[in-house]
Amino acid sequence: MSIDRKTVDHVAMLARLALTEEEREHTQEQLSAILEHINVIAEADTSQVPATAHILPLENVMAADVPWKCCPVEELLANAPAREGEYFRVRAVLEE
Amino acid sequence: MAELWQLSISEALEKLARREISAAELTRAHLDRIDAVEGRVRSFVTVTDRDALREAEQIDQMRAEGKPLGPLAGIPLALKDVLCTKGVRTTCSSRMLEGFVPPYDATVVTRLRQAGAISVGKTNMDEFAMGSSTENSAFFPTRNPWDLDRVPGGSSGGSAAAVAVGEAMGSLGSDTGGSVRQPGALTNTVALKPTYGRVSRFGLIAFASSLDQIGPFARSARDAAHLMNVIAGYDPLDSTSVNRPTPDYLAALTGDVKGMRIGVPKEYFVEGVEPGVKQAVEEAIQTFVGMGAEVGEVSLPHTRYGVAAYYIIAPAECSANLARYDGVKYGLSVRDGAQDLVEATSITRARGFGVEVKRRILLGTYALSAGYYDAYYLKAEKVRTLIKRDFDEAFKKYDLLIGPTSPTVAFKLNEKLSDPYAMYLNDVFTIPVNLAGNCAISIPGGFSEGLPVGLQLIGPSFGEETLLRAADAFEHVTDFHTRWPEMPSPKRAAKSRK
Repeated sequence: MSIDRKTVDHVAMLARLALTEEEREHTQEQLSAILEHINVIAEADTSQVPATAHILPLENVMAADVPWKCCPVEELLANAPAREGEYFRVRAVLEE
Repeated sequence: MAELWQLSISEALEKLARREISAAELTRAHLDRIDAVEGRVRSFVTVTDRDALREAEQIDQMRAEGKPLGPLAGIPLALKDVLCTKGVRTTCSSRMLEGFVPPYDATVVTRLRQAGAISVGKTNMDEFAMGSSTENSAFFPTRNPWDLDRVPGGSSGGSAAAVAVGEAMGSLGSDTGGSVRQPGALTNTVALKPTYGRVSRFGLIAFASSLDQIGPFARSARDAAHLMNVIAGYDPLDSTSVNRPTPDYLAALTGDVKGMRIGVPKEYFVEGVEPGVKQAVEEAIQTFVGMGAEVGEVSLPHTRYGVAAYYIIAPAECSANLARYDGVKYGLSVRDGAQDLVEATSITRARGFGVEVKRRILLGTYALSAGYYDAYYLKAEKVRTLIKRDFDEAFKKYDLLIGPTSPTVAFKLNEKLSDPYAMYLNDVFTIPVNLAGNCAISIPGGFSEGLPVGLQLIGPSFGEETLLRAADAFEHVTDFHTRWPEMPSPKRAAKSRK
């Protein structure tokens, strides 16, 4: 199955990747080629088969409700690209 | 006499205990080895020589004072740069994390430190563990010590090459679709992918969380058992860690495989497997027959769907996991020239990620997007069930399965870079195990035209003891694992103090 240009633009927007014109063309070609191979799974008979999202039969794993020492704020903020006091600084999410 | 960097972990532990050598000497020997060969092999993104020597001297001091020491005290190891190390840059070989210094250690790193192991550095990898050649590193490719024109495999190529060439006595990698076993196969090292949940993933930078598992590289099954004894076990910090007692893997090494039932999956000997690989694996199977194992053919009929299912599930999970790289909390952040937050995020991600990472994020986003979810992601999860059932059936009759780790020996740099799907097919025999969650090991299984052939032993969930027992028994009657690649000798060899 081949992917059209509109789909590439949409997926790149969803993935928050600012692709160049050249990258968009390349992506269209390569994703189409990869999907052609991947489409082999359509041949597998899965009509009576449940999905496996995760291999362990785990549900609602709870942590013990005991306080423990967390990383100091300064250490956590050490990698921040921009900060203001004890906060990460970001651009306004909602602008006028 | 063998150089210090050629010792096995077992031998080194004995010599350290008898005080024939010091931890500082052993560490220095490995740092010298790094000096001598690193310019050509390039296993490391970061070498932590000062920390390593300081820690080694502390171990020696503790030994001199008669203080209790951990089971790996003084053993120099290397860590894939996907494992968080407190205070030591952890890059995932990506521009996105080029300057990232984690505020905490991964649980495996904590466990190794507590055991007294010494990290000599962080190893190169395919960016964010996506790739099979280590050519996708944003910094530089690592080369195969057996032939410097060839790749060491990937994504844990640096960890594999470092052990193969004696820059470290063992190392850790991560295996999402074969990223420990395949480089193990291509570099003549022992490389184990433990059962999902056996080793904590806390502090392992996530790629595909339902598939990722940390595993060791070593130069013998015994050395791999030493590492497993330290890294395996329950960790409350990883909600998918399995709370079940950890066996003593060294005790499993009885040297005996008599009566062990070994299945040979016929789907692992199909077109595309190089004749030299096929021949080495068939000879290895005869070796097991000679040792008294009961060998028979078995079928894993859904093997042919494995790569396709994997390249839906892994990119889908990666597209979600890598959404965290938004230029806000850590990592690369490009803010100038963007109109708004969304654009700043999109530019940051476009600059920070390399070609293969972008490709997988896009593929995964597509597979999860409205209108395609059922046809791709849900279908792949159902195929995952079929692949798991294949293994469940096979393990009713057999204790382990045997076949090639990789269909080919190490290939040349640039040979497969332009064709992503050809690169993906390197993992056709390793991927099914990640999808099913069980364990497998690649061991030195022979040579084809001077290049190593990896033999893959696949076990049921929590069958690591069986794998290590069979691997160790094979080493008793073969010498493949003892061979070294021909590299220039170190500039100055550390002398042992008698």
